[in-house]
Amino acid sequence: MLWIPAGLALALVVLPVAGLLVRTDYARLPALLTSSASLNALRLSLVTAGASTVACVLLGVPLAVVLARATGRGVRVLRAVVLLPLVLPPVVGGLALLFLFGSNGFLGRLLAEVADVRITFTTAAVVLAQTFVAMPFLVVSLEGALRGAGDRYEQVAATLGARPWTVFRRVTLPLLLPALGSGAVLSFARALGEFGATITFAGSLEGVTRTLPLEVYNQAEADVDSAVALALLLIVVAVVVIAVARPKAVEGRT
Amino acid sequence: MTLRAELELSRGEFALSTTFDVPAGTVLALLGPNGSGKSTVLGCLAGLLRPDRGAVTLGGRALTRTPRVDVPPHRRGVGLLAQDPLLFPHLSVLDNVAFAPRSRGTSRSRSRELARHWLSEVDAAEFAERRPAQLSGGQAQRVALARALAGEPELLLLDEPLAALDVDAAPAIRGLLRRVLRAAGARSARATVLVTHDPLDALALADHVVVLADGGIVERGVTRDVLAAPRTAFTARIAGLNLVTGTAEGGALRTASGGVVSGVPAPDVVDGGPAVAVFSPGSVAVYPGDAAPAGSPRNSATGVVAALEPHGPVVRLRTEDGDDWADGVAADLTPAAVAELALEPGTPVWLSVKAAAVAIHPVGDEIG
Repeated sequence: MLWIPAGLALALVVLPVAGLLVRTDYARLPALLTSSASLNALRLSLVTAGASTVACVLLGVPLAVVLARATGRGVRVLRAVVLLPLVLPPVVGGLALLFLFGSNGFLGRLLAEVADVRITFTTAAVVLAQTFVAMPFLVVSLEGALRGAGDRYEQVAATLGARPWTVFRRVTLPLLLPALGSGAVLSFARALGEFGATITFAGSLEGVTRTLPLEVYNQAEADVDSAVALALLLIVVAVVVIAVARPKAVEGRT
Repeated sequence: MTLRAELELSRGEFALSTTFDVPAGTVLALLGPNGSGKSTVLGCLAGLLRPDRGAVTLGGRALTRTPRVDVPPHRRGVGLLAQDPLLFPHLSVLDNVAFAPRSRGTSRSRSRELARHWLSEVDAAEFAERRPAQLSGGQAQRVALARALAGEPELLLLDEPLAALDVDAAPAIRGLLRRVLRAAGARSARATVLVTHDPLDALALADHVVVLADGGIVERGVTRDVLAAPRTAFTARIAGLNLVTGTAEGGALRTASGGVVSGVPAPDVVDGGPAVAVFSPGSVAVYPGDAAPAGSPRNSATGVVAALEPHGPVVRLRTEDGDDWADGVAADLTPAAVAELALEPGTPVWLSVKAAAVAIHPVGDEIG
């Protein structure tokens, strides 16, 4: 009996993608993908998503370790806060960033006056927005791995005479590598697909803040074939990500 | 290094309060049921837990002295062997064992040289290039022991080191621990604390034993004295064992008076060496004194009932004036059996123990 709704669910996922594949104008595909607007968007997407993934790793690893190892009462609250961007509509996140870093925002005004730096509507704003939405993916997968492993290996390493930094470098980090890899790829994918927070906080300026998803949205009004071609590119990237990262769900494990 | 520990700690309902010494070169067993506080004591010694009040000194150096001194685990000079080997899965066996020397700043090649030495000490040299995942439980525990020893700890902590091993692997590791703990060079310097719930481990490995219950010490003393003649009912219940001393001979034990006790010898029993036959009071069968037990080849001997004491759901009988090994032996019976056999102090009885229920262990000079 479950086969009917299960089949429907599968169709809901597969059919739109298949429709896109059918609709694609394969003759114009190379020309559409190599137009300067497309190439600009692709380059910008790869650079910003790469940069935000690096930011996610640098900031997310310590955060995950702290969340997994801390025992205080406030940790549960902290964890809920960290997960906020995961459930928050990206547009709301973008709006929040805008009111923090915008010309009237508290940090935005501070940065403008002290360092003469304006963040909104720059490539930095794109990276910031992407990091905001993508970091929870990294933190959640790392924290799960850390909790699963417990701190018994670290305790043994300490009794063997390893200083805390040596323990982190030679035991904690190597044990985390698989989870770090899949967490980083998931973050990269989320950053690459970011739309709502980016368009709200960074706008849509070609070559500066117009990433692939924004370009798809832009072209959908002007040239549908071009939009479809770019969408195809994003689908290819998504498939590659799933193949590389192999999140636990794909392996059939929990 | 002599270890002195005075620990007080409470966590909710549980309160721990103990004081003990471990002279350099000796092994102390902390014996007790689950929840008695054994592992908490070990955590405090390793520096992984902080007592509410107390002091731990090792060879005169203060490791813990509340409220000010609390040396972190990595500067204590302790080695820890837990129930699970906990070998680092991303390092080869060799690099696992080389971890402690590396952490102390020894060069990579010298550390590996040391690691090879310790691996051969535990008969695990051939596993050097393997990954921990490719080892059996017993092999992994050998490697974990080598890793703990490679740090050349002044204090070695063994936390139920045999509990997670299957019945085939445990005797071999027990024999290995015996050999390593009693190796001449190490003996002089190192203090060892063994946590266990198995009186056999204490008997085979420890010079002294401390019996813990609900966070407090109920009995302490030389291992054999405590286990063979427990002074408290609690110790008798968890650790009361029948011990018969003698000489190992062809897989059996020859007593001083010339009798033979058949049993299952441990792998490291040496013919002609001092040994002890161990069996639980529950494995001793009691028959009326006028009817010698017949049938399977058992250890049988006569004795006289000296005392009968209620012992939880059973009655513990102790003999006197026994023939050969049957002197001072404890046997557990149901109250119904006591009534049926009309037992009372002075009644002559036959005692019998199946050879399969008797373990024969070598004993060192200290505890023999």
